[in-house]
Amino acid sequence: MFEIRIHSRGGQGGVTAARLIAMAALHDGKYATACPFYGAERRGAPVVSFVRIDDHPIKVYSQIRNPDLVLVLDESVMSVVDVLNGLKKGGRVLINSAHKHEFAGFTTSNVDLTGIALRDHLVVAGSPVLDTTVLGALAKMGICSVDSVKKAIREMFSDEMNVNAEEDAYREISL
Amino acid sequence: MKKIATGNKAVAEAVKQAKPEVVAVYPITPQTEIVETIADYVTSGQLASRFIPVESEHSAMAACIGASITGVRTFTATSSHGLLYMHEMTNWAAGARLPIVMANVNRAIGPGWNIWAEHTDALQERDTGWLQVYVATVQEAYDATLMAFRIAEHNDVLLPVMINLDGFSLSHNMQPLDTVEPGDFIPPCHLPHAIDPKNPTSYGGLTGPNDHFRFRWDIERSMRDSVKVIEETQKEFAKRFGRSYGFTENYRCDDADVILIAMGTFGKEAEVAIDLLRKEGINAGSMRIRWFRPFPKLDLAGKEVVVIDRDYSFGSGGILAQEIVAQTKRDVYSVIAGLGGQEVTYDDLADFVRKRRIGEEFWFGVTGNV
Repeated sequence: MFEIRIHSRGGQGGVTAARLIAMAALHDGKYATACPFYGAERRGAPVVSFVRIDDHPIKVYSQIRNPDLVLVLDESVMSVVDVLNGLKKGGRVLINSAHKHEFAGFTTSNVDLTGIALRDHLVVAGSPVLDTTVLGALAKMGICSVDSVKKAIREMFSDEMNVNAEEDAYREISL
Repeated sequence: MKKIATGNKAVAEAVKQAKPEVVAVYPITPQTEIVETIADYVTSGQLASRFIPVESEHSAMAACIGASITGVRTFTATSSHGLLYMHEMTNWAAGARLPIVMANVNRAIGPGWNIWAEHTDALQERDTGWLQVYVATVQEAYDATLMAFRIAEHNDVLLPVMINLDGFSLSHNMQPLDTVEPGDFIPPCHLPHAIDPKNPTSYGGLTGPNDHFRFRWDIERSMRDSVKVIEETQKEFAKRFGRSYGFTENYRCDDADVILIAMGTFGKEAEVAIDLLRKEGINAGSMRIRWFRPFPKLDLAGKEVVVIDRDYSFGSGGILAQEIVAQTKRDVYSVIAGLGGQEVTYDDLADFVRKRRIGEEFWFGVTGNV
């Protein structure tokens, strides 16, 4: 089972990203579950979502404690949340950042998803849309196939702008 | 067609396909997505129901009662305090023999204010005459909702059915969902005692001491008859759509020395705990109680029993444990865990089995024995 924990702030699309990853995994012929941890959410507060992908039906409902991959959609949450908590030894971290973060013992990738979203005019209510760009990064990591990622994005969004942003992220991320 | 859906969306999708003529609802977390989705189906023309946005849950059930007595199919959804606010009317729905279908998203009761999963809300309705089924996956939420209409409206039953799904952990969990074309799996609703203007009858009249018990017995008779209807419906569902369900879902129980019993999502995660225990050489199995009313006949002969209650009856004990003790005349290890969304992992579930003390009660997270 491959387990992903997504850190973001309320309104940034962390839950939608979790859903899109699950949809893409389903298109890959796998089983997937996605669940946000619900608290007293409000826009801007740190939030966590979980995705599980497996070749067999998933029976686990409790929160992910030892993720294989941590996605950080907003690097500012790292000052208030220990995003590495429980991350598997040798696990992977993907951070939406124009800077270069590194964590000893983990494979760290930095990609400027916000920059890509702003450049591609993916802005809703003043906030850059990060959930589709992050899919491009996941496709590059081989967690979901490129075709399934595009299919999932097209299912949820009727325009091609989101697919373009996903393609940009796929091109620009360095692993 | 396979897609990713939440438990709430799965219920709404099944309701759309069952085509109730009347849906009367009031939103409440974490059930609101069901109301919103059905409202969207109605406004977009995908569902030709009369959608009644009432001012309270008491009114939601009252509106369903009024609609149902005319012989039409009805649906509502609620949660926690909403369900308790309906309580007078849930009794009325069962007593008037109305096959109303309701989804209840299990949520704790305040105070302290809490929006997360617990079964005490639905279990406070256990003596009302409603059939109750507890589901554990998005697929099962959908399948059970389709089946609920057929079971409730069956003329050997004519009792309301409540589908229970754990707040957030299932209602908001996104999982694969395979929808079907129900076709004639749910036959048209026929209520034999529906209002007929050509044959005026009085409803809700006084029943004196010489009659009242007969009506009570009639509910119990139908509750007993519902066992066969549920069996037939689940069998027919498996035949048509390939997914089979029982009164309980048993996992590695046959050769087990100890059985872990739970309802809802804990009952599914328990299967992971059982695999862990088996690797340690502990011969354990799990049993997920699906139908709580009518309560199934359990075969637990020669086995030790650990019961997880995500609920409590103050001054007495875990409600599921009480049912099992009363029926099987045996002591169990009664674990109270997961109240108000308390995090319980498969490791914890396995630990309850490892450290079982038959005859005792244990509150998870509370220091020491209580």
